[in-house]
Amino acid sequence: MSSSNLNYIGNTPEEQQEMLRAIGVESLDELLSVIPEQLRIEGLLDIPESISEIEMRALAATLTDRNRSAGDTLSFLGGGAYDHYIPTIVEFLMYRSEFYTAYTPYQPEVSQGTLQAMYEYQSMICELTGMDIANASLYDGGSALGESALMAARIKDKERILISETVSPHHREIVRTYCSGQDLKVQTIPLREGVTDTMALEEMLSDDVAGVLIQSPNYFGIIEPLAEYQNRVSSAGQDSIFVVATHPVSLGILQPPSEFDADIVVAEGQMLGNRQSFGGPYLGVFALKEEFVRKMPGRLVGASVDSKGERGFVLVLKTREQDIRRERATSNICTNQGLNALAAAVYMSSVGKEGIRDVANLCVQKAHYLAERLSDIEGVSLAFNRPFFNEFVLDLPVPADRVIDSMLEEDIFIGIDLGKKYQGYEKKLLVAVTEKRTREELDRCSEAFGEVMSNMLTSSAV
Amino acid sequence: MEFPDDLLYTEEHEWIRYDESSDEATLGITDFAQSELGDIVFIEFPESGDAFSAGDAVGTIEAVKTVADIFAPVSGEVLEVNSHLDDAPEAVNDDPYGEGWLLRIKVNDADEMERLMSAEKYKEMVE
Repeated sequence: MSSSNLNYIGNTPEEQQEMLRAIGVESLDELLSVIPEQLRIEGLLDIPESISEIEMRALAATLTDRNRSAGDTLSFLGGGAYDHYIPTIVEFLMYRSEFYTAYTPYQPEVSQGTLQAMYEYQSMICELTGMDIANASLYDGGSALGESALMAARIKDKERILISETVSPHHREIVRTYCSGQDLKVQTIPLREGVTDTMALEEMLSDDVAGVLIQSPNYFGIIEPLAEYQNRVSSAGQDSIFVVATHPVSLGILQPPSEFDADIVVAEGQMLGNRQSFGGPYLGVFALKEEFVRKMPGRLVGASVDSKGERGFVLVLKTREQDIRRERATSNICTNQGLNALAAAVYMSSVGKEGIRDVANLCVQKAHYLAERLSDIEGVSLAFNRPFFNEFVLDLPVPADRVIDSMLEEDIFIGIDLGKKYQGYEKKLLVAVTEKRTREELDRCSEAFGEVMSNMLTSSAV
Repeated sequence: MEFPDDLLYTEEHEWIRYDESSDEATLGITDFAQSELGDIVFIEFPESGDAFSAGDAVGTIEAVKTVADIFAPVSGEVLEVNSHLDDAPEAVNDDPYGEGWLLRIKVNDADEMERLMSAEKYKEMVE
């Protein structure tokens, strides 16, 4: 091994000798002798020679040019992350160094700006969801849902979690992972015609169920009949925590989950001013009824008064977390997605109450327009006859992945192949529409879709 | 600091008032414990009817800067919790041996009382 390539690490031959001497071995080979011969690579690693910075930049550019992003295509991808418009002020404020470069800025003496921003974020999430308390955010929608399952088990001291099959499949996997460490049993409530099967839910409910987890709008974009589940989850003799996962923008026009007596509301917060960015970083929205606040995971900012009697902001209810309670902590989350929550706060305050209603309305109208256009095409129909928000499922006469590939040749990301996560759904396509799509774009999409379908049907007929 | 003579004390800074005739006892935290914890803001109680063994954590006391467990000094069962403290947790600071009591319990085994300390011995320990 030569040290000459290790330009950025102070590790000269002299220093190596000094370190070896200090631990009492003669050479690097002797140090590594505990690794069996057959596990060691002979000679050099099979990687290319080093190249100059100019060459490296050129190579990286050719590689990144092969990426297709929502920015240079027409994107109808959803399934949990959406291409909503982000007002300029969001990133302008987020990238200010006072916010952007500070690391865990939560000492009240020096961080009133960040603390106030988090307090505003929490307050707006409470207004949006109708809940009493919202924390300063968790990692993402999936981890928020996972934490809600653990919290339900903490509150009820029971070990069974029921989760609907219409909840995002990715988030269901996260819930299973979270629960496996605590020996909680996670069971899936089957779906029926695009929504949670109410009869199955009723059969699965029993004394040992800690929590019932439902998503609305669900993974197929469908608005679930929450009132029906609410009656069952909290009916006489049934005592489980009702968790509703939601799409925050949909709350601009839908009844908030609090009206269905949700105990915990979680959501992916990306749609609020955060870019899709290939999957993250996002933020997990987490809101709850006040009576459960001491079982809540994560960080909470409260308003108080300082020694001069003036209003100020400070972390509250910290005493149950791991920096104080170690292994007896309520949760092991001592952090939040501060910058992403800041973006969400700036987004919500810049669009305002009316703005978020307008965004939600545009999503509904445009999604329904495209759904109508696409289901008019021969062989194509809506898979479920249910009310939907900004996303819908199409039944196709051919496998969805083939249609997706053909549409991409037209520079259109048409949607998600549901067959990847739902057995027997290989011919079902999930299409999402945001307020950003124009009438022209929707028409261009349906024309391209019509051509692709007719080509496929002709070629398969031959 | 007060340590009434008619009470028994634990190393966890709790007191217990035992009534042999009924095998019932009342427990709380000592004057020393409340002054160490500082302003108490919330008590998390067990449910009436919960059974426990000596040394079990049966609830928590939340102060402004920390959270402490309530440990069961002896084995038994919860008869009653001082739900008055839900609205006035500061009573634990103001009157730890009176209004600030935490639990009333049924004692399983009177012999376990022998492991507890007298006021004199406890006073020695904290001083």
